[in-house]
Amino acid sequence: MYYFDHCASTPPHEEVIRTMAEVMAKHYANPSSLHRSGQEARNLLERARTAIASLFPGTDPKEWIFTSGGTEGNNIAIAGAARQNKKRGNHLITTAVEHPSVYDSFQALERDGFRVTYLPVDENGVVSVADLEAALTDETILVSVMHVNNEVGAIQPIAEIGRLLKQRRGVLFHVDGVQSVGKVPVDVAGWGVDLFTASAHKVNGPRGVGLLYVRKGMPVAPLFLGGSQERELRPGTENVPAIVASAKAFRLALESQPERAVRMRRLRERLADCIADVPELVLNGGIDADIAAPHVVNFSYPGMKPEVVVHMLEKHRILASTKSACSSKSDEPSRVLMAMYGSHERATSGIRISFGDEHGDTELEWLCSMLRKVVQKLKPLERKG
Amino acid sequence: MNPDKIIVRFGEFTLKGKNRSKFDKKLEEQVRKAIRGNEKVELSSTYGRIYLTLNGEPYEEIAVKLKDIFGIVSISPIRTVESELETIRSAALEVMQSLPKQPSTFKVSARRVDKKFPHDSQEMNHLVGSHVLREMPGLQVNVREPEVELRVEIQPDGTHVFSSVIPTAGGYPYGTNGKAMLLLSGGIDSPVAGYLGMRQGLEIEAVHFHSYPYTSDKAKEKVIDLVRRLSHYSGAPIKLHLVSFTEIQTALAQAGHDPLIITLMRRSMLRIAEQLAERSGALGLVSGDSLGQVASQTLGSMNVIGRATELPLLRPLVTMDKNEITIIARQIGTFETSILPYEDCCTLFVPKSPSTNPNLSVVEKIEQRIEGLEAMIAEAVAGTELMIISPDIRNAVETAGEDSWF
Repeated sequence: MYYFDHCASTPPHEEVIRTMAEVMAKHYANPSSLHRSGQEARNLLERARTAIASLFPGTDPKEWIFTSGGTEGNNIAIAGAARQNKKRGNHLITTAVEHPSVYDSFQALERDGFRVTYLPVDENGVVSVADLEAALTDETILVSVMHVNNEVGAIQPIAEIGRLLKQRRGVLFHVDGVQSVGKVPVDVAGWGVDLFTASAHKVNGPRGVGLLYVRKGMPVAPLFLGGSQERELRPGTENVPAIVASAKAFRLALESQPERAVRMRRLRERLADCIADVPELVLNGGIDADIAAPHVVNFSYPGMKPEVVVHMLEKHRILASTKSACSSKSDEPSRVLMAMYGSHERATSGIRISFGDEHGDTELEWLCSMLRKVVQKLKPLERKG
Repeated sequence: MNPDKIIVRFGEFTLKGKNRSKFDKKLEEQVRKAIRGNEKVELSSTYGRIYLTLNGEPYEEIAVKLKDIFGIVSISPIRTVESELETIRSAALEVMQSLPKQPSTFKVSARRVDKKFPHDSQEMNHLVGSHVLREMPGLQVNVREPEVELRVEIQPDGTHVFSSVIPTAGGYPYGTNGKAMLLLSGGIDSPVAGYLGMRQGLEIEAVHFHSYPYTSDKAKEKVIDLVRRLSHYSGAPIKLHLVSFTEIQTALAQAGHDPLIITLMRRSMLRIAEQLAERSGALGLVSGDSLGQVASQTLGSMNVIGRATELPLLRPLVTMDKNEITIIARQIGTFETSILPYEDCCTLFVPKSPSTNPNLSVVEKIEQRIEGLEAMIAEAVAGTELMIISPDIRNAVETAGEDSWF
């Protein structure tokens, strides 16, 4: 199989699997237990935390809490920060292209009485800092902008937004970094981010582990109740084996990020060329390295249901996806593509290809030739709008 | 400004006459140790000062290392130039222009150590000041309360130009005022007491009493972490004596004088610490007592407890309130560890109504009636576990598990 769905999940690294198995076998005690075995588990947990902090320069181990994944991290960050700071204002800002775990959090907050501004994006999927600045009011308490978009790979100007918000004291800044860590450079402390989310299974780590950075002194209310684990922000017995293994996964991913970006960008360019050669297909998102992540290519086949393309590709052992995995079951047009192009046809026919470390020229050539073949086969079925 | 040198200034011990060279030497040694990672830095000592020539090594990094060394009162990043008027003027302007925030007022304080230099201090104030004023419109001279004092020191081997004097830890070089045993509980106070003692030039060995298996290893880890933090300031490894107090505590608890148990425990602890001090050649005990804070720290209690030892009992925090102590604990980085909620041996046997005014003769009588107390104390001393803690030793948190997992 040719697995081209790395934005949805990544194959765990062999060393990650080994680490997880070993820790699981040896350190099953509850890290909150007072006895020696419990302490050992606690030690491992803290060691993992220290390792994580060291991967993000300028951050402190105490600022990292472990969650069950990106969705939970985004939920805690947004709902927790909004609720905790409600007294200071009721206006929130995000973008129209966020992941459902962010978008739906804001929708829920709207129902709770908050006012939310959803910033538009341009044809590259990129939000404008000027728009953001214009949207800020005295009532604004939280801004949440994803770093890399999960459907089209658009890179948002996080550093610039960070600079802007630094002048606005009291406006908290959340960044969803689930698709960016290990793929493009990340500078949590340097950007002046207050909250940052990442997920281990997007970097060849185990499922069920996420990172939530909560800058020191940041008031955030917990969503779950029932224990004082993870700075009283995320109770529940910590998944020690998966957390230790995820520290390893993040390390491997971040250490090889620059080299991976170069490799993937080459693949991305190759695939973009190949799509440009097929007149039925249209590439979605930007080209330049500063606005487009190296590991995602999104294109539309207007007039064709994307599921059909995905199933046809699977016949040729190619695994791709439509939209994000978190919303792929709905028949709705892609919210992201709608925001970028406003075209229903284009937004209902998007297909996403995302790369990983195992891909090289051979895999890409196969993908390109199969794409051409599938389009040829499907051509008679096109529905012209 | 891109400083090319740092002036390191010594503290009050420069007044000490004959012993001075000992202090100077000790401090020079500590500075050398602190900058060991920055190989290009060159060190030269003069009367009451050390000059560090950076040779391209980063100023900020070295300043951080110097900041916590006891005995250094202040440091200044400086530009050193040839003692020639125009060169001095342009260096002065450069220093002023590179301030993080442009001030509205300043003054020049020139000092001519090298009397061969043609202009005296007064003239230099004017000559340098007028140049800066010409080049930086908006700036004014204020000789009484300037925002920035631009200093120009004309020395025989060059002129130092600088604008900031950064206060540092102060005190005496570590270990120049003898050695004492620090009674370290794991709470907020005793690490601060240790720090203040060390700042006054005391070499410290720490004593911690534990009640294993009633208290957990976490309490021990916590104390190790505290000692490690203190060793950052000593710049030298610190010995930690871990004393098992379980047996003595149990015996005291069974004596049937509940309100006096803390008094009795403290007295036994002091006796043990005293014996350990004798073994180590320490001439005093340091404790984190603060007057009135708890029952065992009333004057009456301090009297009865203190009589258990003949060594001087130093209480650097005695007149401080909790708030002041907490501020220092945060500054020196022990607070976060101190507040970790692990039982120490004293919290185990806290009586409902501890005596605030114990009677010495009653206490002594109770002690006489406890069978084998002396022997238990001797045994505790003999069974003391010794650890040597350095700032760079990794703690158990960092060493649990296998390195290959991370």
